[in-house]
Amino acid sequence: MRYLVSVIHDRPGLATPEEDAAIDVFNDRLQAEGHWVFAGGLASPDAATVIDNRGGEAMVTDGPFLESKEYLIGFWIIKAADLDVALKLAAEGSRACNRKVEVRPFL
Amino acid sequence: MNGIDVREVITRAHREEWARVVASLTRRFGDLDIAEEAAAEAFATAVERWPADGVPPNPGAWLTTTANHKAIDRLRRENKRDDKHKEAQMVHDDAPPEPAGAIDDDRLRLIFTCCHPALAMEARVALTLRMVAGLTMPEIARAFLVAESAMGQRITRAKAKIKAARIPYRVPSAEDLPARVRGVLAVLYLVFNEGYLATGPDTDPVRHELTAEAIRLTRLIRALLPDDGEVAGLLALMLLTEARRAARVSAGGELVALDEQDRGAWDAALIAEGHRLVRERLAAGVAPGRYQILAAINAVHTSARDMRDTDWSQVLALYDQLVRLDPSPIIALNRAIAVAELDGPEVALAAVDRLEPRLAGYHAYHATRADLLRRLGRGQESRAAYDRAIDLAGNTAETAYLTRRRDQLR
Repeated sequence: MRYLVSVIHDRPGLATPEEDAAIDVFNDRLQAEGHWVFAGGLASPDAATVIDNRGGEAMVTDGPFLESKEYLIGFWIIKAADLDVALKLAAEGSRACNRKVEVRPFL
Repeated sequence: MNGIDVREVITRAHREEWARVVASLTRRFGDLDIAEEAAAEAFATAVERWPADGVPPNPGAWLTTTANHKAIDRLRRENKRDDKHKEAQMVHDDAPPEPAGAIDDDRLRLIFTCCHPALAMEARVALTLRMVAGLTMPEIARAFLVAESAMGQRITRAKAKIKAARIPYRVPSAEDLPARVRGVLAVLYLVFNEGYLATGPDTDPVRHELTAEAIRLTRLIRALLPDDGEVAGLLALMLLTEARRAARVSAGGELVALDEQDRGAWDAALIAEGHRLVRERLAAGVAPGRYQILAAINAVHTSARDMRDTDWSQVLALYDQLVRLDPSPIIALNRAIAVAELDGPEVALAAVDRLEPRLAGYHAYHATRADLLRRLGRGQESRAAYDRAIDLAGNTAETAYLTRRRDQLR
């Protein structure tokens, strides 16, 4: 079972060196224990572009699809046997990156 | 056996076997929906067949077998439309023999799944009452004053999340168990309190079906986890509270405060059982949690012949212990009531007033203040506090009581 662990950014400022170091330790652990699929950090929504090509002509719009104070700043995709395992890992991830996270199963 | 007897047997079987049937089917088929539907069908078949065919020698086994067949029928029907993988899965799981020991009981798995912290509290309550207690959707909807369709949706959504997010069907690991048991007890306590102090302008002040169900489920958890002190504590707390039910609301539907209750109307058997549990926990010599302390406070109250005979210093000592575990303002408010009995209403009022920023929207805060102000002869202020309490109270018996106390002021 795969879960998306979204990191939610709700205050100004990028990750501190301490947070980066803690994230590295957590990532190593995910890999060592076989939970790792993929992870990454994202640029701020200011760098986003929305494309809508449903009408045959691609509409390009500057900015995120949703303006909000809280936004996605990074994510992990993990493998876990069930939600209890995923929640435990997510709790550690939240502590490591010092932000709240959302856990969502893949279909 | 005549028709009435058979109906009684079916009612009893429903009470005793529903959770077991749902739980064992959930393990076998890995799907709460299928388990719930098949269990309901099996009981419907019993209602149809038992009056004519007679009650089977082992009703529980008959219901489980019948429900299993219903579930397999449903899966076969679905498999004709879908692919074959479900059937393969079904054939492989040949219901292994029940493992020994209460901790492996399927019903415990079911309870932990229904009370999973990833579900919203209201969903946990609804799911537990449906899947574990076996209440019907209309019964649950009525108990919580929610439209049947809304309650049905709440349960359907919760079951869908369990499936999609793969909430596991198992007893939590030893290190997670205490926290998860606390989560289960919170659900049961909420059910009990909603029954004991029912909210809503047109409802009975006490909903006995909810208090009874909460006690029954807590007894079940206690049977499954006999060494857990907080489980025993919560059961004792419920029993000692339930014991006073008949004396707590007057014939006219008004709440009767503790000092005015007819203690002869208290249920002596429930009190004896509650006291036994509290003594058992004291003898265990393990530091008590909040339910055990609350039970002990209720044990002190139910040991007294009247309000004056109450060992208030013991009550206060227990509240001091509780405040250290749980610094919530509601505990501090209840502690102040004991302070009033020991040190007088003036000292208590000072303690209560300090809680204003956090409890200004809570009716009991204003009701407690109103009572203390009344005892201090500050009628005008007391009246204003009663007005505020009446505005905020949601329970009909409590509103009637507060109104009378206010109108007695001069």
